[in-house]
Amino acid sequence: MATKASRSAARVMMAPAVVLLLGWMLVPLIMTLWFSFTKYLPLRGDSIERGLDWVGFSNYSRFISSNAFWPSVQTTLIMVGGVLLITVVLGVLLAMLLDQPLWGQGVVRILVIAPFFVMPTVSALVWKNMLMDPVNGIFSHLWRFFGAEPVAWLQDASLTSIIMIASWQWLPFATLILLTAIQSLDSEQLEAAEMDGAPALKRFWFIVLPHLGRAITIVILIQTIFLLSIFAEIFVTTGGAFGTRTLTYLIFQRVIDSQNIGLGSAGGVYAIILANIVAIFLMRIVGKNLDA
Amino acid sequence: MGQIELKQVTKSFGDVQVIPPLDLTIHDGEFTVFVGPSGCGKSTLLRLIAGLEDITTGHIEIDGKDATALVPAKRGLAMVFQSYALYPHMSVRKNIAFPLRMAKMDSAEIDKRVNAAASVLNLTDYLDRRPGQLSGGQRQRVAIGRAIVREPAAFLFDEPLSNLDAALRVGMRLEISELHKRLETTMVYVTHDQVEAMTMADKIVVLQAGVIEQVGTPLELYRAPRNTFVAGFIGSPRMNLIEGPEAAKHDAATIGVRPEHIDVVESGGQWQGTVGVAEHLGSDTFFHIHNTGLAETLTVRAIGDVSLQHGDTIHLNPRADEIHRFDAQGLRIAK
Ligand SMILES: Nc1ncnc2c1ncn2[C@@H]1O[C@H](COP(=O)(O)OP(=O)(O)OP(=O)(O)O)[C@@H](O)[C@H]1O
Ligand SMILES: [Mg+2]
Repeated sequence: MATKASRSAARVMMAPAVVLLLGWMLVPLIMTLWFSFTKYLPLRGDSIERGLDWVGFSNYSRFISSNAFWPSVQTTLIMVGGVLLITVVLGVLLAMLLDQPLWGQGVVRILVIAPFFVMPTVSALVWKNMLMDPVNGIFSHLWRFFGAEPVAWLQDASLTSIIMIASWQWLPFATLILLTAIQSLDSEQLEAAEMDGAPALKRFWFIVLPHLGRAITIVILIQTIFLLSIFAEIFVTTGGAFGTRTLTYLIFQRVIDSQNIGLGSAGGVYAIILANIVAIFLMRIVGKNLDA
Repeated sequence: MGQIELKQVTKSFGDVQVIPPLDLTIHDGEFTVFVGPSGCGKSTLLRLIAGLEDITTGHIEIDGKDATALVPAKRGLAMVFQSYALYPHMSVRKNIAFPLRMAKMDSAEIDKRVNAAASVLNLTDYLDRRPGQLSGGQRQRVAIGRAIVREPAAFLFDEPLSNLDAALRVGMRLEISELHKRLETTMVYVTHDQVEAMTMADKIVVLQAGVIEQVGTPLELYRAPRNTFVAGFIGSPRMNLIEGPEAAKHDAATIGVRPEHIDVVESGGQWQGTVGVAEHLGSDTFFHIHNTGLAETLTVRAIGDVSLQHGDTIHLNPRADEIHRFDAQGLRIAK
């Protein structure tokens, strides 16, 4: 895209996509913003045709002053942080394992990717009924086999359970991205480090990990976007009980339980703000890996 | 100290034996060059010495001690790779300091050594850059810097100049030679460029298919190649190898005459042919000559600018005392 002509041609050709994308994002965003400043209770007869009453910031102050708000923000952050930690750490380890020449490599790789293709609802159901059920779950059999008291996962370790489920779903993604990154590492660099007297752990720390920096950044950013809005896993397993109510889930409950669209929209705007804070925070920590 | 001895060393990858049993001694302080065609096992041999590949059978001794089972870091050798293998996320300073940090040296000593190496290699202005911000020649110098700070028993180079352009290559060749003169450390240098081998080496090891064809000083190899392979490999342009009746006249299966040992005469030479391509370099002229009845082409070097053109007939006289004779197995026949 060097010449003036090719630049303007590019602009023209990109226009439809840009307009579509903008519309796609802007319309819901503006509607959410609008609803958040109005009293909108469909069951009480409010509707867009009849006009909504402007209520200023009262939805916002009501949402934030509710007892459930700050705990839900905390739950969200713990959940996202936990899943990120597990997927990145295990992802790096798995990627290094899969990079070794091992027997049946192709099959193993497909198996590792498989969880990514399972729908969140389905995987949550499988975890809930097959693995974590306190009476008949595989885990409870395992626990009993070793003479331990089975854990009622979704009640006693509810947030941990959700983190486990989400990690299981996102581990393949992390592994895949990190695997391609590891494969692009020049083996002569590792050999040079070996000659320079770096034992395996130091080679990992000084050579492999910095090489993976950019890939880890991408994994963290992309996963954060999706993890902030996790819903099905919570809905299917705990229904938001036992301290698993994330901000997303709280908004859903506000809209459904109290049929209050205005209040829910205000929550949605808070979620946008939270996502942006997290994003800015992440960019600060890891974003410098992206340039250079 | 840096004497390296290989005793009956072999290397196989699976069923393929790349290095048949091989004995070689590299003396302390020597600049040894491994040279040979592509795929002959030069890199493999160097990696065996470095410890980056396991030896299949045999022994390696460094300074008289068995090093066969030692890990690379414990052998006290430093290697410069063809791709330089610099650590891209570290500054030049950190790259050079890396082996010292791994050796847990204290930071004052590290700084001292890094600065000393940087000034030797003209890298002082670049110490805070990343490798990605350096030119090829500068990267090469960083790789060498990383090797010299460790004060190793020997340096191993695997085609360190092959990624550089011709002019830079000549410059770096001199720098490495000078470094060797100054440090007086053993250096083992792999190349497939026989000019590099001739100009830099104290001792050249000519390899073919993992077998050592000849070991000797550059001039020994030039004056008395042990067989036709070495004769054809050492010297540029290549030696002319002539078979058939002309060789029989000298009681040999093959005779070899270097291009610089054939004189161009006005008329009445022993040999004649037609000029194919004439390369005029000013100082010399190289003629590629056809239809001599001796070999497909004959290469001749004439001193100065000789004005013979494509298609002209040329008269030649080989110098009788510079003719190399080889038997039917390709081995040299003594004079
Ligand atoms: N890891 C390996 N597995 C199997 N065969 C190998 C391996 N490494 C090298 N070889 C074989 O060993 C032989 C020697 O290889 P090597 O790399 O030592 O050649 P080289 O002399 O360095 O060639 P070049 O000048 O092209 O670098 C080649 O035939 C190569 O195919
Ligand atoms: Mg090689």
